[in-house]
Amino acid sequence: MTTRMMGAKVARVEDDRFVRGHGRYVDDVAPDALHAAVLRSPHAHARIRSIDVDAVLDLDGVHAVWTYEDLAPLAPAMGEPLPLLIPHPTLTHGRTQYALAKDEVNYVGEAIAFVVADDRYLAEDALDRIVVEYDLLPAVVGIDAARAAERLVHEDVPGNVAARMEQANGDAAAAIAAAPHTLSLDLEIERSACMPLEGRGVAARWDTDNGRLQLWTSTQTSTGVRAAVAAKLGLDLMRVDVITPDVGGGFGVKINHPWPEELLVPLAARLLGRAVKFTEDRREHFISSAHERGQQHHVEVGFDDEGRLLGLDVRFWHDNGAYTPYGLIVPIITSTQLLGPYKPGAYHVQFDSLYTNTVIVTPYRGAGRPQGCFVMERTMDAIAAYLGKDRTEVRSINLIQPDEMPYEHGLTFQDGRELTYDSGDFPTMLTKIKELVGWDEFETFRAEMAAQGRRVGIGLAAYVEGTGVGPYEGAHITVETSGKVKVATGLTTQGQGHQTAFAQIVADELGVPFEDVEITTGDTRRMPYAVGTFASRAAVMSGSAIHLAAKKTKEKALRIAAEALEADVEDLEIVDGVVQVKGSPGSGIGLGTVAVLSNPLRYAFDEASKAATQFNVGDPTKPPVAAGEEPGLEGKDFYSPPRSTFASGMHAVIVETDPLTAEITILKYAVVHDCGHLINPMIVEGQIHGGVAQGVGGALYERMAYDEAGQLQNASFMDFLMPYVTEVPTSIDIDHLETPSPLNPLGIKGAGEAGVIPGSAAFAAAIEDAEGFPITAMPISPSQLFDLRAAHHA
Amino acid sequence: MKPAPFDYVRPRTLDEAVQALAGRPEAKVLAGGQSLVPLLSMRLAAPSLLVDINALPDLDHVRVDETGVRIGALARHARVLADPEVRRVQPLVSLALANVAHPTIRNRGTTVGSLVHADAAAEMPMVLRLLEGSVDVAGPSGRRTIEAADLYVGPLESSLHHDEIAVEAFFPTLPARTGVAFEEISRRHGDYAMCGVAALVTLDGGGAVSRVRAGYLSASDVPAVVDLTEPLAGGITPASLEQAAAVALTQLDPETDIHATAAYRAHLVEVLTARVVTAAYQNASEHTHQSTQE
Repeated sequence: MTTRMMGAKVARVEDDRFVRGHGRYVDDVAPDALHAAVLRSPHAHARIRSIDVDAVLDLDGVHAVWTYEDLAPLAPAMGEPLPLLIPHPTLTHGRTQYALAKDEVNYVGEAIAFVVADDRYLAEDALDRIVVEYDLLPAVVGIDAARAAERLVHEDVPGNVAARMEQANGDAAAAIAAAPHTLSLDLEIERSACMPLEGRGVAARWDTDNGRLQLWTSTQTSTGVRAAVAAKLGLDLMRVDVITPDVGGGFGVKINHPWPEELLVPLAARLLGRAVKFTEDRREHFISSAHERGQQHHVEVGFDDEGRLLGLDVRFWHDNGAYTPYGLIVPIITSTQLLGPYKPGAYHVQFDSLYTNTVIVTPYRGAGRPQGCFVMERTMDAIAAYLGKDRTEVRSINLIQPDEMPYEHGLTFQDGRELTYDSGDFPTMLTKIKELVGWDEFETFRAEMAAQGRRVGIGLAAYVEGTGVGPYEGAHITVETSGKVKVATGLTTQGQGHQTAFAQIVADELGVPFEDVEITTGDTRRMPYAVGTFASRAAVMSGSAIHLAAKKTKEKALRIAAEALEADVEDLEIVDGVVQVKGSPGSGIGLGTVAVLSNPLRYAFDEASKAATQFNVGDPTKPPVAAGEEPGLEGKDFYSPPRSTFASGMHAVIVETDPLTAEITILKYAVVHDCGHLINPMIVEGQIHGGVAQGVGGALYERMAYDEAGQLQNASFMDFLMPYVTEVPTSIDIDHLETPSPLNPLGIKGAGEAGVIPGSAAFAAAIEDAEGFPITAMPISPSQLFDLRAAHHA
Repeated sequence: MKPAPFDYVRPRTLDEAVQALAGRPEAKVLAGGQSLVPLLSMRLAAPSLLVDINALPDLDHVRVDETGVRIGALARHARVLADPEVRRVQPLVSLALANVAHPTIRNRGTTVGSLVHADAAAEMPMVLRLLEGSVDVAGPSGRRTIEAADLYVGPLESSLHHDEIAVEAFFPTLPARTGVAFEEISRRHGDYAMCGVAALVTLDGGGAVSRVRAGYLSASDVPAVVDLTEPLAGGITPASLEQAAAVALTQLDPETDIHATAAYRAHLVEVLTARVVTAAYQNASEHTHQSTQE
């Protein structure tokens, strides 16, 4: 009997390739390509008076140099701004940049000119020779400056407000006014960024013989890039193939598209008749991809003597950078997901999405949830402190109960659907996290440490994460005559272990050896209908679609085999790739043979295929391919859920703060996580480890240090402090809870982003607990903690 | 992130290397490249010529005798750090090297290269000054020795002439009855320190403090050493340590950057001065005790 793969700790098959350096990334394809480089604005806000490229034109080895003026004559749509990918009725003043700046630049790093040369060295030499004259404009940097609106980023956007959005359930103001106790809090999270080890990259080749464009890009959505490139370059969609090879991390930034280079590179490849490649360098990634997280929040909350929320009113300000290509997804998520596992009483939320002269914002793992979690959990801690109650008691009394599922919040989520939790067991989760971290024993530990002159604190934070958003994903499965199973799904993979997890699903449903299953992702030639890899959706969406397609493949295999074996379909099973009568090993035929039989042939090409030729198979009185059937042992299906499925989790952390140096050390980190049924616990735990590491970065190390002029002061790995392995906890205690989702056939929920969400909230709580004064802004460095101590003890 | 064009030579003898530098004030010497190559790639430096000294013979030595440690221009940090004789004769070199960046950087970076890069945030220039060592340089008119006290003239600026190549550094051994200690505080493991302190404490025959000097990282714009003998001559006490830190701060000028404020760095100067001087004093007492037993 085949061992069930779903739920097994199967080692990731892709890792052998990755750890041996055999991964194949965009920069590895088209080694013969010309190289592109981009001249980027050195100023945060300026009018472009003139651009002089004369000194580049006769440079040996330079093949093209373009500015905005060159684009429309090459492809009319290239003269238009880049797409606004996710419009929203409240995004009244959405703005996007041009592929190359037209008249004005709005952040340091905005693309101004594009050079193609024999190699990147020459291309960068050429950039040095381009002379641009600017009229400097005052820069708007930071949320305070954006709110003050004494200067404007876009002169036709009053108040720097791209959007103002409001949602409510009940009368929060009245509920707060009538509440026995009220508190107000001001809470802030700074900017950070996804910072994948592989930056952006694009390579393109124009196939003159076939009139086709082949594009490789390091993206989270190959179908999105394909549609955008076809539209912008004026090509038929059927003439554009987009292939996403191995991707060295995405974390959200690569869901934005098309980047200027994703259009300019294929345009150049077509024009020059040569392969062209752009490989982003690290400084470019800092100043010309995307950031996230920067938000200020003001909370008004009303509650009763037990800490029960009666009314919650949140007003916040989101820094969206210079443009809004990805719409309002991040602040919409904050505004809805900050509620976490709690019932807020009456709720009102309003946000402004504000322009600044800084790099654009797109979702970064967690996507607005770390901010929302910080707001809600800081509020919970503030209530507990005010009432003198244990922090877990206040949380407990506000939790949504399992028998209240599905729980409707009366709000609209980021996908335009109702914010309705499908399942979850938050009280059990709270019990588990308290046990895992040793919550009830902590005061003893604190006293022991205090006796040694050491200072420790404990904190806890909970989140709920809408995962697996629509609209859909699909899968196409082909069983070859060798019995090998080839699976294509259209979303992309950037290191999550999809080859392993998806193959597990196929092995179980189709009854084939795991080793025989090959997964292809992100190749529009194999699956042109797809959305992308974001919002912790790959397992839920493509996993479900693959499961459904495997089911169809199996049904077809059984139909064909039933005829060949002269048996009833109901009596057959597939075990280890062989269709057999149930419980009778040795009675059956291999799936490869079934594949042969599925495809009536005129011409044999090997011994096996002789069985499918016209004098050997079929009833000569019937059509070789029966009505309603198709040749080939294939299955194709799509999964499109009514709404998101909601995963949840709680993190707890114990920190030590040095009384002298204010250094912050992690003593223990505990995670309880519920993503429904686990496909592969090892992969889920790996996702949690990576997420926690990014959470540590966001809480204690990473920030975007812009100066007042809009120059990013730390645009390198020397000064942007991504935590090393030495900065993340050496062990993370993990406990799972499996509350299946009723929304998909496998009962799964997303797990990709979860680990990062409660980091800042949990660390702030633990540091506050150690120090005895409120922590209201994250991240926090030892220097800042030192300053806070001075302020509070003055 | 590709360097601007430059000429490149890889001489086989020291004379050729010195000749290659002659008349090329824009030239740079390439040894381990751990500071220079990133500067080139970011086009923050654009020398017209790189003189790669990695093919020069007989410069990768680490020689130890009872007078001290001599480190050749091509000896990598990792090699010096792994040498037990270095640790025995001049423990401060080993203590400090363990804090220089990460193993991968120490595998390529050279100790002498770090010394002449003259970064006030780097460990080894400060240690050379504290130990009153020296650097031998080769130039058109032959070799000369530059005392550490004369080596550092400004931020990232040494007193080497443009046509000179540092060939060897000398870290003298510790005086009798002397203890050392080193500690730094950085944002992440291996980062440049927000503040770092090394101290030498020498005792007299009776076990009393006779000389105390401390070196400071990232607390001024040149590698800094402060004599703390006067405030500590009466003994190592909380009050005298506080006094010593105050003396140190009068000679230092910590600055605010994106990682730490000047006030926080000054605070770390106080904390680390007390800790490191105390540790060096204990280290000296152990030495003195051991030598009495021997």
